[in-house]
Amino acid sequence: MARASFSQATWLVAEREMKTLVTAKGFWIGFAFTIIGLFALTILPTVFGGDDPKVAVVGSATQAVQGKQLDVLEVGSVQEAADLVRADDVEAAIVPDGAGIKVLALNDAPDDVVAQLVQAPPVELLDASAVTSGQRAVTVIVFGLVFLMFGMGGAAIAQSTVTEKQTRIVEILVSTVPVRALLAGKILGHTILTLGQVVVLALTAPIALRVAGLGELLGVVAPALGWFIPFLMLGFVLISSMWAVAGALVSRQEDLGSTMGLVMLAVMGPYFGVQFFFENPVALKWMSFVPFTAGVAMPVRLFAQQAQPWEAILSLGILAATVVAILLVASRLYTGSLLQTGGRVKLSKAWAPAE
Amino acid sequence: MLTVRGISRSFGDHKVLDEVSFDVRPGRMTGFLGANGSGKTTTMRIVLGVLAAHGGTVSWQGAEVGPQNRPDFGYMPEERGLYPKMKVRDQITWLARLHGVDRETAQRNTDALLADLELTERAGDRLEELSLGNQQRVQIAAALVHDPALLILDEPFSGLDPIAVETVLDVLRKRAAGGVPVLFSSHQLAIVERLCDDVVIISKGRIVANGSREELRARHAGQRYEIVVAEDAGWVRDVPGVTILELDGPRAVFEAEPQQVLRAALDRAEVRSFTPVVPTLDEIFREVI
Repeated sequence: MARASFSQATWLVAEREMKTLVTAKGFWIGFAFTIIGLFALTILPTVFGGDDPKVAVVGSATQAVQGKQLDVLEVGSVQEAADLVRADDVEAAIVPDGAGIKVLALNDAPDDVVAQLVQAPPVELLDASAVTSGQRAVTVIVFGLVFLMFGMGGAAIAQSTVTEKQTRIVEILVSTVPVRALLAGKILGHTILTLGQVVVLALTAPIALRVAGLGELLGVVAPALGWFIPFLMLGFVLISSMWAVAGALVSRQEDLGSTMGLVMLAVMGPYFGVQFFFENPVALKWMSFVPFTAGVAMPVRLFAQQAQPWEAILSLGILAATVVAILLVASRLYTGSLLQTGGRVKLSKAWAPAE
Repeated sequence: MLTVRGISRSFGDHKVLDEVSFDVRPGRMTGFLGANGSGKTTTMRIVLGVLAAHGGTVSWQGAEVGPQNRPDFGYMPEERGLYPKMKVRDQITWLARLHGVDRETAQRNTDALLADLELTERAGDRLEELSLGNQQRVQIAAALVHDPALLILDEPFSGLDPIAVETVLDVLRKRAAGGVPVLFSSHQLAIVERLCDDVVIISKGRIVANGSREELRARHAGQRYEIVVAEDAGWVRDVPGVTILELDGPRAVFEAEPQQVLRAALDRAEVRSFTPVVPTLDEIFREVI
């Protein structure tokens, strides 16, 4: 009789996982939110932060605002200008004060208006970077969020595993194909889908940046993005093998919460770690070599031009080695727990050789 | 032929199977009978490799059963379940391909089976949209779609209405007629009685009876006869050496040397019928466990 080879079985499992996921509405809604969210994150600051401050100007003070980036409204008297300030119609009023001028504002000194009126001394950066700290902050958030979302998306693997255990189709599957093919197929299927989504995001990112008027940033983002993809994919394989084990340890969807904690920690921990410490070069450097945080930390360092390509390759190597190790561990735990039913399987029991 | 020899299995200190041995012969329907918890499901799960044995061997056509020949088997587990959100036809085709059947054959087999099981109209529905009885039929299809060389079905008839039982029976008989050995467990003895060629009875983890249905019946028949006469049969109890089991007007069931009773009966009255009483499986079952 014909037999499905290991790779055929793996592919069949992968194919089914992908088909199940892409025919689910939730998948597309989630993906749409991701794209919309990333566009919003890039574009909104320019939309909301773009207007010049609105000021009322009286008499001779008009000369002081000429050629400045201010939205000027000329009024007849100081009293009239002060009323506009009180009514919040303008951010500030600029009025003559003896030989000079004076700024009237409600309860806060209007820094953006004042900055336009003073003569700033020229600044020369000794260590100029193409990337401002603001841009770096946005990159950390974007890379971090993407990693977080796909990492959490791996929970679908846990759910699909529990479905198989709960419905007991797992008995048919296990008597038909090797357990390793089931695990490999699940990880492969979800990784391909994630890669597909990342490619779509990577292709739309330049559009978002152009719309936001940040086209010049593209030259800096592109290489970092190029590095981000392999880091993200390997990081995803790492996390998804953990999701698979989390699913195999329980027998019902309701119990999934009890095993998902550790995996969520492995996904959220790096996200918050990088968010909190990205301003600290030493911490960021360390994080860029630790497998779980490397996926976000190393691309951010590359983006900020703080890391050499060899560092990225080394980090990627460490990540790949960790993936292999975790896969071996996960495969044993998955095999040991897949057929155990009733309550949560202890890790030690899953690890023990089969009876 | 599937050969099970000396299979044992314990869960903790509890011995669930103790030296279980039996054969499932080609072209024969073998009924696997036993009370709840007697070890039927454990035995089947061991044959399918879902559970490891603590001793003993299972072989198929002379070779030990393992991952290399198990995909040839068709299995219907006791606890039913397929993918609830997958469409019926997709699901069955997918399972066939997982067993190594090429895409075209898988689709052809699926369509033929769904037609046999009267499920063609539901082929495009998701499994969860079907009634439990229909889901059960899909489960049968899942066990048969790759044209298995051996069928192992755990309680294939439970949850089926009488019409569905007939449909499934037809499908299974066809397979057996084609030379496939079929092992099925059931607690519905009437169905087993009608359906099976061979019977294996398990009790508390041990095989207590094993053989063809006729053989078993003959072995357990003893000296039991039923006589129906024209008038009252009360006189039978006076024949020497007779033990009356039932007496009801002109009808009596008794155990004795039959010729003597028959001779006595012909002397007294008109005999309407005189037959050996063959025990039903139900009776044998009660006797052996």
